[in-house]
Amino acid sequence: MTVPGAERIVIVGAGPAGIRAAETLVNAGIRPVVIDEGMKAGGQIYRRPPEGFTRPPETLYGSEARKAVTLHTLFDRMVAAGEIDYHPQSSVLAIAGNLLQALAHGGRRDFTYDRLILATGAMDRLAPVPGWQAPGVYSLGATQIALKAQGVALGRRIVLAGSGPLLTLVAVQLLKAGAEIAAILDTSSLGDQMAGLPGMMVRPGLVLRGLVMRAKLGRLYHAGVRLDGIETDGRGPVGMRWRDARGRAHFTECDMVGLGWHLRAETQLAGLAGCAFDYDGDWAQWLPRTDRMGRAGEGLYLAGDGLRILGADGAEVAGRLAAAACLADMGLPSPDVAADLRRLDRCERFARAMARAFPWPAESVRAVPDETIVCRCEGVTAGQLRESVAYGGGEANRVKSLARVGMGRCQGRYCQLAGAELIAGKAGIKVCDAGRLREQAPVRPVPIGAWVRDA
Amino acid sequence: MTSGPQAAGQAGRMVRLADRDRPRVRFRLDGADCAALAGDTVLTAVLVSAPAVRQSEFGPERRAGFCLMGACQDCWLWQEDGGRLRACSTLIAEGMQLRTVPPEDWQ
Repeated sequence: MTVPGAERIVIVGAGPAGIRAAETLVNAGIRPVVIDEGMKAGGQIYRRPPEGFTRPPETLYGSEARKAVTLHTLFDRMVAAGEIDYHPQSSVLAIAGNLLQALAHGGRRDFTYDRLILATGAMDRLAPVPGWQAPGVYSLGATQIALKAQGVALGRRIVLAGSGPLLTLVAVQLLKAGAEIAAILDTSSLGDQMAGLPGMMVRPGLVLRGLVMRAKLGRLYHAGVRLDGIETDGRGPVGMRWRDARGRAHFTECDMVGLGWHLRAETQLAGLAGCAFDYDGDWAQWLPRTDRMGRAGEGLYLAGDGLRILGADGAEVAGRLAAAACLADMGLPSPDVAADLRRLDRCERFARAMARAFPWPAESVRAVPDETIVCRCEGVTAGQLRESVAYGGGEANRVKSLARVGMGRCQGRYCQLAGAELIAGKAGIKVCDAGRLREQAPVRPVPIGAWVRDA
Repeated sequence: MTSGPQAAGQAGRMVRLADRDRPRVRFRLDGADCAALAGDTVLTAVLVSAPAVRQSEFGPERRAGFCLMGACQDCWLWQEDGGRLRACSTLIAEGMQLRTVPPEDWQ
């Protein structure tokens, strides 16, 4: 049997999954290292504003305020009691052997580990829309973060477009805060949404909450739209061109556009750590392969939206399960996981139904005009990508070498899924056969000085 | 306090909706005096008075950030001393000297 403390366990990420994983380990007498990019623990969904902001949790997190406060309080208490070794504002950039290399405020910092729990969360899943490289076009997640953590709207007259639960949620939050919204454009048809509804009824409370929110949007909300493009001048957006479900063309004036199609798992570190991946048809993306507990390999565990996009409730469950698996593998007493495994199943059934109700717009992506920018980092167009397929074959890493889609500063985070769709469309293959971009360290840009000084 | 050439009226991109009652912080943007509020990120501080934080190196458009969560790398900004910072994940501090274009001796 392992003695608690004999092995060093590192958790990357302090959102709902990372916090619950830490709690489970602390309860077993272990003092984990927690490394997180945020200024404060909470992750994106329960992100906390900096010091000096005074809006109460009910304003910031709505119906989820109690859950947010519970997690924040739990984490702060563990830090204050010295029960975890907490490193905020630290980005893990590379994994090699059992070493993590991180960039912290003061420079580079290395962490060794015996067991690693990755709870790296998710980011917006983006599809290219003509004009989306303009200043004043943001992700839906950005739109929410700006409001929650900074108390600002990103424009004076806002169009939100895309699909998924965040589209409705952000719209309601902005309206409540006094922002002007010109239109909410959902690329999912009402038919898609109705087809997903029965599966979503495993969590009827959430469905009801979603319908109530949708009702608040009234005539601003349009389902089944097609986005033709964002009209811009030198300053940014001036309007969105779109067609409604009956094919009629519209132009909606705005100075800001928020785009997003549900979420994309942040899997760069999982890939560097050696995870295998499978293409998931419901979520339309590559996801790490694990067992139900989150075991991905020897001493490697995954939890939260970086593994399966179940949302915050599912992430809490997955965090506890990953830590329980870690304890069991160390030969330590671990909590009974039967109830959490049932909760995980329910969260997954709901999330998969929701992913089908608000699908990735594969056909629209494949049809974007040649001049549309696909890679925002380096301005690579759909036409350049399509042309490279003819030279190198329909494979994502070859197209990356030839057309540089995925080689820019975001490292493929915002172009990879659309790029694969375009490759598949051009090569006449299934998107899963276009392959998956290999991860490269560092997974974020690093000031060269941080490495030179500390070398 | 002066507020910079671009700070007047509708020049800024962001609009403050809440938590406006915070201490003021002064900084410089492209050589002009600007004001922000303590707790603003550099991105917020700049975009309440300006429309963008940098020029794209690969296209004609300017850029103003995109993800606000440190993933897209769209909001890197120059400082007078030649260093760069990611505006969405750095808080504004009194006396910061920021640039939307590289320092002159860089080019």
